[in-house]
Amino acid sequence: MSNERVAKKFDVLVIGAGPAGLAAAACAGECGATVAVVDDNPAPGGQIWRGESANKSSDAAAWSCRLRAAGVQECFGARVVHHPEPGALLAEGAENLFELSFRKLIVATGARELFLPFPGWTLPNVMGAGGLQALVKSGLPIAGKRVLVAGSGPLLLAVATYLRRHGAEIPMICEQASRRSLARFGLSLLRQPGKMRQGFSLRQQLSGIPFVPSCWPIEARGHKTLEEVAISQGKQPKTVSCDYLACGFHLVPNTELAELLGCRVRDGLVQVDDLQQTSVPGVFCAGEPTGVGGVELALIEGQIAGLAAGGHSESAKPFFGERKKLRSFARALDRAFALRSGLRRLPLPETIVCRCEDVTYSRLNQYRSWRAAKLHTRCGMGPCQGRVCGPATRFLFDWLPDSVRPPIFPTRFESLSAITLQEHTEPSQVAGGRT
Amino acid sequence: MSEQIELTVNGAAVVVPSGATVAVAIALAGAACRKSVSGELRGPLCGMGICFECRAAIDGRPYGRTCQVLCRPGMEISTGE
Repeated sequence: MSNERVAKKFDVLVIGAGPAGLAAAACAGECGATVAVVDDNPAPGGQIWRGESANKSSDAAAWSCRLRAAGVQECFGARVVHHPEPGALLAEGAENLFELSFRKLIVATGARELFLPFPGWTLPNVMGAGGLQALVKSGLPIAGKRVLVAGSGPLLLAVATYLRRHGAEIPMICEQASRRSLARFGLSLLRQPGKMRQGFSLRQQLSGIPFVPSCWPIEARGHKTLEEVAISQGKQPKTVSCDYLACGFHLVPNTELAELLGCRVRDGLVQVDDLQQTSVPGVFCAGEPTGVGGVELALIEGQIAGLAAGGHSESAKPFFGERKKLRSFARALDRAFALRSGLRRLPLPETIVCRCEDVTYSRLNQYRSWRAAKLHTRCGMGPCQGRVCGPATRFLFDWLPDSVRPPIFPTRFESLSAITLQEHTEPSQVAGGRT
Repeated sequence: MSEQIELTVNGAAVVVPSGATVAVAIALAGAACRKSVSGELRGPLCGMGICFECRAAIDGRPYGRTCQVLCRPGMEISTGE
């Protein structure tokens, strides 16, 4: 295992190869800049376009084509772990440690699912909704399996139709939002004909699958693996037998890299100006980290960021109107699928909240802050670094997250030693050393 | 049309379609990925390399995020770390 250090220099570096990152990289490349796009997945597309670039008629393939035509370099299977100095990032690949220098940076790190703890949620085959879809896209056979889809947000509908198209049986979709809240959202779609068409086509594909609002899982049960799920539906709980539970409560933006770079983050969202530039000059952000808004908004923001980083800010202006419209749709989405406070009572005292360190609800409940809980219980200090339990405890206890520290993902020892050496040469570190 | 890849999970042969991730091979072998610190069996949760629940040893290297790694012929996976 070599862990060879490879240094590369670019005008524009894009982190994330989902829709926002691909659009940003293509536009920056078309401006004549030398551009690279880095992603930790083995192939481009992010989550929403996972496995689609092989399909030549897909949007993913079209953007990949533009990327290649613009001469953008691709660095997949590499994960950014550290920001050693302004204008540089360290990324760990399977065999190499990349030292990437840049003039402009575009952060397009996407979002992850929000997972809420409930009894039995740690059983194998209880997965995220997007999580199970990703696994099926990666080759997991799902035909003939019974999959209960639950949680919140439009992703549930997309996942249910995808799984059914691949032969799964979907007994029902449990949506925690109320019928009333969803109806209000439906009305707001009237102002967005494109979104309404999408919704209508999803609805047709769903035909026959019961979609139940005000319904959520209360317990997953099984011996070694999932066998059945108890759901709350109206007055009396109901039990649904299934092979998989695909459960996610909408999305959480991945803001860790932006935070490490020092970008201003408010209410969990990276703050940007009209050109998608963050509070750090030369660092742009596009897509879900600036506010969960879906693929169309990500593409628009990506193009704006790419053009601005490539020095063609004027060409970005025609996209502003569409962005405004899509952002108002995103806000309506947030309101419609806002989590009901009753979900805070889902975990029992013995329910594990931090899956990395197996910290239970009753242990966490004794503390007043994320910091105190971390120090006393190791909650959030396992390999996921709080990416799963952090947003969950924020919802359960109103705890605010801590500042982000490098490396932002667990790294190999060889890479870590490179990071540590650099840290020790910083005067502030020496001054703040142990006494 | 897709090619098949043969690899082993805990010593037993598993055949997966090309392009499949190691997490899929583990699921097809009927195994869980890891044991938690209190001894629970765990499988994949997020499917996108964030949660670390799907980790297993790949060709002797521990802590592989199996949902992010493509299967290669002859790979040796061992779970339950």
